[in-house]
Amino acid sequence: MRLLTHNMLSSNIKGVTNGFPLRIEVEKVVEKEVEINHDFLRNIFPKIDWKAFSDASRIMGYVELPEEAPEPSVLESDLEFLRKFHHALLELHLEEGALVCPETGRKFPVNKGIPNMLLHEDEV
Amino acid sequence: MSVRSSSTILKPKVQVELEQYPTGPHIASRLLYTAENSFDDISNKVVADFGCGCGTLGAAAALLGAEQVIGIDIDSQSLGIASMNAENLELDIDFVQCDISNLGWRGQIVDTVVMNPPFGTRKKGADIDFLFVALKVASEAVYSLHKTSTRDHVKRAALRDLNASSAEVLCELRFDVPQLYKFHKKKEVDIAVDLWRFVPKRSRGENINVGVRCPLD
Repeated sequence: MRLLTHNMLSSNIKGVTNGFPLRIEVEKVVEKEVEINHDFLRNIFPKIDWKAFSDASRIMGYVELPEEAPEPSVLESDLEFLRKFHHALLELHLEEGALVCPETGRKFPVNKGIPNMLLHEDEV
Repeated sequence: MSVRSSSTILKPKVQVELEQYPTGPHIASRLLYTAENSFDDISNKVVADFGCGCGTLGAAAALLGAEQVIGIDIDSQSLGIASMNAENLELDIDFVQCDISNLGWRGQIVDTVVMNPPFGTRKKGADIDFLFVALKVASEAVYSLHKTSTRDHVKRAALRDLNASSAEVLCELRFDVPQLYKFHKKKEVDIAVDLWRFVPKRSRGENINVGVRCPLD
């Protein structure tokens, strides 16, 4: 699971008012290189919850991202920033670990890169 | 692309209640080529494949240049195979296991949803449940297959209840259903299905939390 996907997932357990973002517990992170697409990054940037994303990247072991979201104009010219953004968003994979509901602490396991978000009967 | 998918996609052992039917390569090609060539909804976009099964539609989207594909399914066996298929085709696809009716989702990151949902013959309304969620998640378009016999019902549900700003049948296709289940009496049957394109009404950056029970129940 990459951080782009993590930025979309939230806990939907009954009674939870804000299940986003899920806290990440890491057991194994894998890096897989993919080709960079600058236009895609510029388009996706405003849709990303930056705090959740940069916090998650740190937990995954990558410390290069700023905590505060940069001004969008940075993406126009700063290729170094784009490379870091690309790397954290699309090249870091949580292979084994868990995603944790921020309100209930319930763990959704991640195995072979696939998070299991199935709810138990009493959580629906 | 369709030759590649048909010869290399592994298929799972199917489960009756989930109405799992693999999407044939001709239907997958038609859906994805139309989405891309007529509407530019695939290349460089974030695409989600709902009820991805063994991953045919998602894989086709990736092959057509989707920037990022996410496959969602309830069944771990299917997801295992989808994962293997993606790896064999050297495609970069994320998979998530969950029940579509209580998916927890945030934001407007997904541009396009592609899906071949259950038709609703085992669990009534399953097709509309999928459409309900798809229209909440997609920011640009939803491509979906529904039985031609349900055409009026689907159109009404989409426009009146599910907040679609448009619902168009792009074409009618024949879906070959091989004899997969014990209740299938014939060796093979052709079902007429409509390929639909739905456009959601745009909302301005709200934090959507999907998982509310489908209002049509």
